Amino acid sequence: MSQAKNGAVLAAEAENREFLVFSLGDEEYAIDILKVQEIRGYENVTRIANAPDFIKGVTNLRGVIVPIVDLRIKFHFDKVEYGGQTVVIVVNVADRVVGIVVDGVSDVMTLTPDQIKPAPEFGVTLSSDFLSGLGSLDDRMLVLVDIDKLLTSDEMALVESTSNQ
Amino acid sequence: MDIADFFDTFFEEAEELLSDMEQHLLELDVDDPDSEQLNAIFRAAHSIKGGAGTFGFTVLQKTTHILENLLDYARKGELTLRADLVDTFLEAKDIMHEQLDAYRSEEEPNQEAFERICQTLQQIALDEIGQQLDGPATPAAEPKAPPPSENSAEAKSNQEKVANSHLLVALLNVAEKDRILLVEELEQLGEVQSQSGDEKRYEVILKSSDSADDIEAVMCFIIEADQIEITSIEGAADTTASTEPAAPAPSAPAPEMKLDKPAAKAAPAKEAAKEKPKKAAAESSSIRVSVDKVDQIINLVGELIITQSMLDQTVSDLEDQSVGNASLQNGMSLLQRNARDLQEAVMSIRMIPMEFVFSRFPRVVRDTAGKLGKEIELITEGKSTELDKSLVERITDPLTHLVRNSLDHGVEMPDVREAIGKPRIGKLTLSARHQGGNILIEVRDDGAGMDRDRLLAKARENGISVSDTMTDEEVFQLIFAPGFSTAKEVTDVSGRGVGMDVVKRNIQSMGGRVEIQSKLGEGTNTRIVLPLTLAILDGMSIKVGGETFILPLSTVLESLQPSKDDMYAMAGDDVVIKVRDEYLPVIAIHEVLNVENAITDPTKSIAVIVQGEGRRYAMLVDELIGQQQVVVKNLEDNYRKVPGISAATILGDGSVALILDITGLHRLSRYKKEAGKKVVNNQNLSSFKEAEPS
Repeated sequence: MSQAKNGAVLAAEAENREFLVFSLGDEEYAIDILKVQEIRGYENVTRIANAPDFIKGVTNLRGVIVPIVDLRIKFHFDKVEYGGQTVVIVVNVADRVVGIVVDGVSDVMTLTPDQIKPAPEFGVTLSSDFLSGLGSLDDRMLVLVDIDKLLTSDEMALVESTSNQ
Repeated sequence: MDIADFFDTFFEEAEELLSDMEQHLLELDVDDPDSEQLNAIFRAAHSIKGGAGTFGFTVLQKTTHILENLLDYARKGELTLRADLVDTFLEAKDIMHEQLDAYRSEEEPNQEAFERICQTLQQIALDEIGQQLDGPATPAAEPKAPPPSENSAEAKSNQEKVANSHLLVALLNVAEKDRILLVEELEQLGEVQSQSGDEKRYEVILKSSDSADDIEAVMCFIIEADQIEITSIEGAADTTASTEPAAPAPSAPAPEMKLDKPAAKAAPAKEAAKEKPKKAAAESSSIRVSVDKVDQIINLVGELIITQSMLDQTVSDLEDQSVGNASLQNGMSLLQRNARDLQEAVMSIRMIPMEFVFSRFPRVVRDTAGKLGKEIELITEGKSTELDKSLVERITDPLTHLVRNSLDHGVEMPDVREAIGKPRIGKLTLSARHQGGNILIEVRDDGAGMDRDRLLAKARENGISVSDTMTDEEVFQLIFAPGFSTAKEVTDVSGRGVGMDVVKRNIQSMGGRVEIQSKLGEGTNTRIVLPLTLAILDGMSIKVGGETFILPLSTVLESLQPSKDDMYAMAGDDVVIKVRDEYLPVIAIHEVLNVENAITDPTKSIAVIVQGEGRRYAMLVDELIGQQQVVVKNLEDNYRKVPGISAATILGDGSVALILDITGLHRLSRYKKEAGKKVVNNQNLSSFKEAEPS
């Protein structure tokens, strides 16, 4: 294989991104796989008084206290149930560890740049600021969430906002 | 291997050497200097110079070089020490420290200070011994000082022999890169006459005036001591030189001492040489470990303890169902004991003796007293008392401030002291000791004490509301109010009134408190009470509804069953409880923290009387579970500050429990009540700030 060709393949691969696909209700969302630390069940969450309702509380992750956010409540889903399928995706954002509750994790997908479409301006609940695009895969549509921006945003109330100090 | 890898090692070693040097300088009796101490000071300077040269820190190297020359004269008795010379040496040490810091932060050191100190030191050499020291431009390869004047001819010849001695330096198992560096280094120390060999053994014949020890000290910045073998080639036949180490060279001072008075010192030198291996073993019995690693171990052990409790729970459940197994239970109790021992041992790694704090005070006291023209004797007690490292680091500044304050405001001028029949020399005592789960640090002086009336007058002047009925303790606490100073004039040392409030805040942020005892005319005793560690907290676990919380045990005074008659409603919502003729505000935890299914009838719940920031409250809880030590976990690492909660911990079953913050809860309760009947929405509350004035 020639050097040039090799380089071209590498460049193309570098632009491909891997996403972890999860479901909230009937919708499919995806986040950058590199942000994901681990996936675990939903259990043993200690409530934090006077916190917004989508912050379920904190849990013990091998000695580290980790806040748990329920994205279903945040995105105003009607059906919020906790069962055997309920999963917590533990993500690393902005030097913090945060767990997000979702209805289930389906698979890991590789998307090429042309499969990622820009997100249209929509929704009050989920501002397009927090989306890195929409992934189209055959007849499926994945909402690509910019988990960094979402979790560090003021409205998530997860981090001490600078204006508050 | 990159030489930059060694920078940190050099910085740490040089810092230790500098503080050794300072300590020896301070302990030095100028009228009758101990030659061992002078040698130690000289060695420290020499090692720093060597290291600085190796790493190309020329300014530091040159400063040290001049200082070293002077010290060399001093240890040979050619330079008579005086207090002011010691002061200059101390100043030089400070400048070297600054230079070191500058190099560490990759900046160029202050050129002006460098030139000034070089000039001062050279002036001393010129004035005291009429010797022109070689200027800072020619480092290291200077001819050694002339032989001591009082020496006999024999000593003189010996001295010369050593001065011109040929040394065979063998480098064992040294990689080529390092070897080149080392040979360059050797070239600085003397004349390299031949070199040959391979990686396993590389021999260099060196003609040098430096002793084998000095050479080894320099080399040791790059390689290990056992990788060097230094042999004197021609000195071996000489009887006096036979103590010159023929085998792997030790790194202590004995041969140097021998040079002073060879005949008299030969025997002690031999003894010293024998003692050396022991000393070396003692040095290598400690290792440097980064705090991160220690904290990681502490975390892991905490996890282990939790897992062990979980297992323990399972085993006792099995026992309840009568399917227990005796050997399983034995194993569990053994595991429990071992795990606790392990935790204790690991926690003790973080503990370091107070000596690390106290050791800087001789200097602080000397300088401050000098500036103020006072005579002070410093006494330290309980140097070996151990304290958590993070606290040691944070206590130093407040303590320095208290000491300075004591010297400035407490101890009188020598003449005044004499006039009132006190010894001229004031006494300042620093002491540390354990008291229960706390450490008690005291700063005691035998000075003027605090004047209650003057404090009160000053407080009124500053617009602080005071009354004549205040207790002495309360009046003395006034000095911690911001902007409060009774010093008649602002001095360099203190009197601006900034600082004391910072001292108190710092100590409070460490979970400690400051108390003052003082008697007019007799002195003041400032007591700092600190918890031993921040990582572990003695807690009282309580239950409200189905939720478990931890109250810091140090805040809990008592608990009682409230009766209807003792509870009084005030202005609608507020409730107070009468406990022994005192009315305490009642905080119902289930209301403040929105706990569901909690007992709402106060007479059926338990009132825990707690104290926070000098005020008492009654907290209504459902149930007291018991006392336990908990590992404190920060909530802010991954989340944010939560009103009314100071931190979190992990319980035996692996779940998280929140540690309550008494004053924060009180503020939160006030805030909620002020928000009144209108529905307080969560978003509003989450923006509630701790600092909100209550």
